Amino acid sequence: MAEKFDLQEREVWDGNYAASQAMRQAKVDVMAAYPITPSTPIVENYGAYVANGYVDGEFVMVESEHAAMSACVGASAAGGRVATATSSQGFALMVEVLYQASGMRLPIVLNVVNRALASPLNVRGDHADMYLGRDAGWIQMDAFNSQEAYDLALCAFKIGENHSVRLPVMVHQDGFITSHTAQNVYPLTDEAAYNFVGDIDPVDDMLDFSRPVTYGAQTEEDWHFEHKAKQHKALMDSVPVIEDVFAEFEKVSGRKYKRVESYMMEDAEVAIVALGTTVETSRVAALRMREQGIKAGVVAPRVFRPFPFEEIRNALENVKSVAVLDRSSPGGAMGAFYNEVAAALYTTQNRPLVTNYIYGLGGRDFAVKDAMDIFADQKANADAGHITTDIQQFSGLRGPKLGFFKTKRG
Amino acid sequence: MIEIRWHSRAGQGAVTGAKSLGDIVATTGKEVQAFALYGSAKRGAALRAYNRIDDEPIITHEKFMYPDYVLVIDPALAMTDDITMNDKETTKYIITSHMNKEDLIKEIPALEGKEDRVFVVDCIQISLDTIGRSIPNAPMLGAFVKVSGMFELDYFLENMKRVLAKFPQKIIDGNMQAITRAYNEVK
Repeated sequence: MAEKFDLQEREVWDGNYAASQAMRQAKVDVMAAYPITPSTPIVENYGAYVANGYVDGEFVMVESEHAAMSACVGASAAGGRVATATSSQGFALMVEVLYQASGMRLPIVLNVVNRALASPLNVRGDHADMYLGRDAGWIQMDAFNSQEAYDLALCAFKIGENHSVRLPVMVHQDGFITSHTAQNVYPLTDEAAYNFVGDIDPVDDMLDFSRPVTYGAQTEEDWHFEHKAKQHKALMDSVPVIEDVFAEFEKVSGRKYKRVESYMMEDAEVAIVALGTTVETSRVAALRMREQGIKAGVVAPRVFRPFPFEEIRNALENVKSVAVLDRSSPGGAMGAFYNEVAAALYTTQNRPLVTNYIYGLGGRDFAVKDAMDIFADQKANADAGHITTDIQQFSGLRGPKLGFFKTKRG
Repeated sequence: MIEIRWHSRAGQGAVTGAKSLGDIVATTGKEVQAFALYGSAKRGAALRAYNRIDDEPIITHEKFMYPDYVLVIDPALAMTDDITMNDKETTKYIITSHMNKEDLIKEIPALEGKEDRVFVVDCIQISLDTIGRSIPNAPMLGAFVKVSGMFELDYFLENMKRVLAKFPQKIIDGNMQAITRAYNEVK
């Protein structure tokens, strides 16, 4: 029986500590981990909970992130509640096994503390690793602060383990900006948290000796396509479960989550669409723009996969000009997030003007002033009725101004 | 909103100091933020830590700030780091030094004209005397309590005991003495 952990009603936790407490409260059976900055404290704290008797689970030390996720696959297939954490290069090394986990429909929870990918080597936050996982068949949820890293980690188990979902879930938080920023966090009691998450009820677990099963079978062209299509449909069909879990979480916590969060959008003329902590910083900027009479708002996917195509359209279709912010090096294209939002908006009646900003790579500070400059660009576009800037720009980059593509006008 | 910037070297405890301060301020019902930018910094490397304190939830995540308080816990950084960066006409400085205020300001031209907002305390010596190691973060908190007037000293000490609860009694006692001495000695 695990020791009682002393929790206050109001704690001051950073995102890593918050995530590790959610792992403890969910009573994870197996955590297999290979620590990497900036997510190290999540697995380090969990290891300390095991060593000090605060959890009855098992901590498996492995030789790489590839092995960490492989061990998670084994433990999850055996029927356990399984979680781990990683970042950046570690995430990259896990990628092969991420696809295995989702293809086997194993509800593993992965806390991803977003960090840039080398080279050049960089330990700070951007979304390169998050993007690297976007086609891996996982549900991806995004926290904008420490409280949300805790809340969404609890929700992740309940969503992934639901029998009509049975998919692995990532919970993203920004490296350092969330993971190492302590702020007020209001945790649930251990009892309330566990009652919310509930016991895991494994499906076709390998340790059911009366009905043994195989995981990771081979399918060539005869069945592979059907499997992948079913997997894609399972992701699409996870939407009502995600919404139910969010609704249930609101009942126990008072905190409300939606698949797309909108701020000041009721009458907005211009908007920023972003991920991570930038969402909150942009809200501060939107308030200041409103003091200047510019109707600014912010839209942000809480759930990045399955991509909230419909909700993005609903949130933005009546806006005049939209800036989509990508915190990942686009590698010879428009930002990936821009492409997804622009594709959604192309199918609306009003087709707002949409431009792309690359920003914050390798942890470059994104200040309120930067977001205000982006809003000012959008206001100029809205007033002119066409895109007045390059379609892809770089915010916060030193040196000569960099940009690509002009709008084509009649 | 009150914003605080710490100048420190990795290993001197600015990150712990900022988090402890956040923890204690939160008990008064305020919203807090405590963060640092260090990453792969090695012991001895210059780093900065930050606090924000407000009545409303703090949603800005920018590193940029116009600090209300600048806390310098390494004596040499007062000379070599840009401690007056983005300061305001009301920014208060608390600097660790064995020098007196007059001599110190002579060494730091950027502080000229700001004499009435500069406070000096020897956190290094105080921590050596009370804790037995050069850990200047706790005495800096004592000096901050005095200069800011944000708390009664007793309230702060009581809460600091809770923050330090996992440490041996000797360390807790040393920290209490360090905070109290710096509170009384800062000028």
